[in-house]
Amino acid sequence: MLGRIRVMLVKEFLQLRRDPWSLFLLVVPLLVQVVIFGYAANFTVNHVATIVLDLDRGQASRSLISHFAANGRFDIVEMARTEQDVTSAIDSGKAVVAIVIHAGFSRDLGNGVTAPLEVAVDGTNSNTALIALGYVGDIVASYQAETMAMGPPIHGGAAPPVITLDQRERPWFNEGLNDRWFFIPGVIGTLTLIQVISLTAFAVVREREVGTLEQIMVSPIRPVEFILGKTVPFFLIGLGDVLIVTVFGMAWFGIPFVGSPLVMLLSASLFLLAALGLGLLLSTVSKTQQQAFALNFFLINPLFILSGFAYPIGSMPLLLRWVTLINPLRYFLVVIRSVFLKGVGVEALWPDLLAMAILGCGMLALSVSRFRKSLD
Amino acid sequence: MNPRRLAAIAYKETLQVWRDPRSLAIALLMPLLQMVLLGYGVSLDIRRVPLCLYDRENSQISRELVSRFTASGWLAPGGILPNDRALRQAMDRGACVGAITIPADFSRTLAATGTAPVQTIFDATDSNTANISIGYARGIVGLVTADFEARHAAANAVPIPTVGAIDLRTRVWFNEGLDSRNFIIPGVVAIILGLVGAQLTSLTVSREWERGTMEQLISTPVTALELMIGKLVPYFAIGLFDAAFCLLAAAFWFQVPFRGNVGTLILTTALFTLVVLGIGYLVSVRIRSQLGASQVALLLTMLPTTLLSGFTFPIDQMPAAIQGVSMIVYARYYVTILRAVFLKGGSVEQLAGPIGVLILFAVLIIWFASRAFHKRLD
Repeated sequence: MLGRIRVMLVKEFLQLRRDPWSLFLLVVPLLVQVVIFGYAANFTVNHVATIVLDLDRGQASRSLISHFAANGRFDIVEMARTEQDVTSAIDSGKAVVAIVIHAGFSRDLGNGVTAPLEVAVDGTNSNTALIALGYVGDIVASYQAETMAMGPPIHGGAAPPVITLDQRERPWFNEGLNDRWFFIPGVIGTLTLIQVISLTAFAVVREREVGTLEQIMVSPIRPVEFILGKTVPFFLIGLGDVLIVTVFGMAWFGIPFVGSPLVMLLSASLFLLAALGLGLLLSTVSKTQQQAFALNFFLINPLFILSGFAYPIGSMPLLLRWVTLINPLRYFLVVIRSVFLKGVGVEALWPDLLAMAILGCGMLALSVSRFRKSLD
Repeated sequence: MNPRRLAAIAYKETLQVWRDPRSLAIALLMPLLQMVLLGYGVSLDIRRVPLCLYDRENSQISRELVSRFTASGWLAPGGILPNDRALRQAMDRGACVGAITIPADFSRTLAATGTAPVQTIFDATDSNTANISIGYARGIVGLVTADFEARHAAANAVPIPTVGAIDLRTRVWFNEGLDSRNFIIPGVVAIILGLVGAQLTSLTVSREWERGTMEQLISTPVTALELMIGKLVPYFAIGLFDAAFCLLAAAFWFQVPFRGNVGTLILTTALFTLVVLGIGYLVSVRIRSQLGASQVALLLTMLPTTLLSGFTFPIDQMPAAIQGVSMIVYARYYVTILRAVFLKGGSVEQLAGPIGVLILFAVLIIWFASRAFHKRLD
């Protein structure tokens, strides 16, 4: 049995080596995608185009505006003269945030009267708007804290102590809240999945379509041996993908890797098992490469979107959350992010590892049994 | 161009589509399925932020603060952590996204300075969720601590503030509830149309090769231009049907506010469908190997449309080089148009820029596609 599998492996690798185009297709798109993914997948909110309408022109309003300008999150693109300027800037998309300071702002603040500060934001991109509003709140709060501290002493000598609680946040595992640290590990899983599924699906269907499947079937090889021979190369290619993208992500994007490479290897192997199973399953339901292509095309998008890559699974409706349970990428993303950033091991990750093992074995078993049937 | 030959090709292609119910079903049902899956699945809203609490001091005053938090109803079930190990475990396992910690010298600092820190630790593995959770948690901690402060201040005489407070009034335009679905669903429509369209036509010429009908086709007097138009006609109809379905679902099922003009929507959707079908046709004429064609089609459509169209990730935050690349991602312009038409009620004049680019793309691609087909067998 081992001998036959080895022969099969040699055939597969020969096929790969004699088609340099396919080797090129394996590596180059992968690297291009990592770079694009790495730079494009980003929720960071910086340099938000901001328009300011200062109807007060007092000391306090100027000081507040300079706080916004100095922060770096907001780029003041225009100092408006009228309300009309503000409206048209937001309508045309020239500015995303508008800060309107009404007349009497400095006077009111100086007199200890509450003064309104109007902030309008283009909510079309709700995520950017929400984060930008958070930064506005921070800047106003820090400005107020500063002016309070510099304010004149409370009349009547020593005031009774006021109890205040001071809020501080500390992000763990990713102190700089760097989006790339979150996305690059996800890219490893996503790209590997896409490549392994399509390669596996096409490889078997191609044999069938070209007619070489019958030749293989008249040889003494058994279906299990055939499947092993077919999948082992892709398993190795998948591991190679994981390695390439990991090293590239660490070297190019400077992503820290605090966990254990062994846990990574284990989880990648389980994940590849599931990916191979999915690819084989696709190949057993497709008669032609075109069908495999269409199915692959339609499958990848939900796999990607319902994995938690960018969209939190917790925000999905219950029914869809159940659907994500059969998505191997979902578990792999949890594991790979934890291994990269948290450095936790099997003791915390075993539920996800187990789920991938069950999915992988289940899909492989299903595809082997379906494959047998399709041969009869 | 001969209208009779054109009609004949279109008729043949329509028959071929019609008599292959499996492919037709895929073309009509898949967008439906994707719209439901993606429409519900794609959301960036963070509704619940599971918070834990760890009281390092456990004094009378800190317990009072803890009870305020418990009463607020914002803590995760079992969210009061007994020790550092439990805190570490809860964060490692992801049981809570944030943990409020009361420092060991809480009451001493409070007595000495009147100010004491309350620290919130966040799991920032998912930086975006963390970023938004910080905002939520700040609000919750602010409410609870203000309540706590007020109860203690009531005992003393409250000093008169000498500096006025700023009353921050925020207004959100176009998407008043900051609902991420309103932002993403128009993008989902563009993505689905982009994928379906390319998939529809990328099969059309390679099929002729595969089934051996290419030789027959070449021996007819049909010209390359007639062939292209004739082949695109039935898929254009399918694409428009899919588009109508997706757009109706966006407006009525997912209730994305529609403030624009239906005419603008139809015009731009037809343009986009044309561009997408043209690209699929071009790929199918150019690359005869199906594995190669599939990889190229995947590379050309799937990733650029999901990543570089501004569908989720804002283009203006990308590095200049990637922004440059995104200029040729045709879906980008349709996403911009759809968002503007749906949420801002953008008119044709306001959208002249992106519409112009789409027209340019359509003309270029159709020109290339019509010249790509040669009546040769090699």
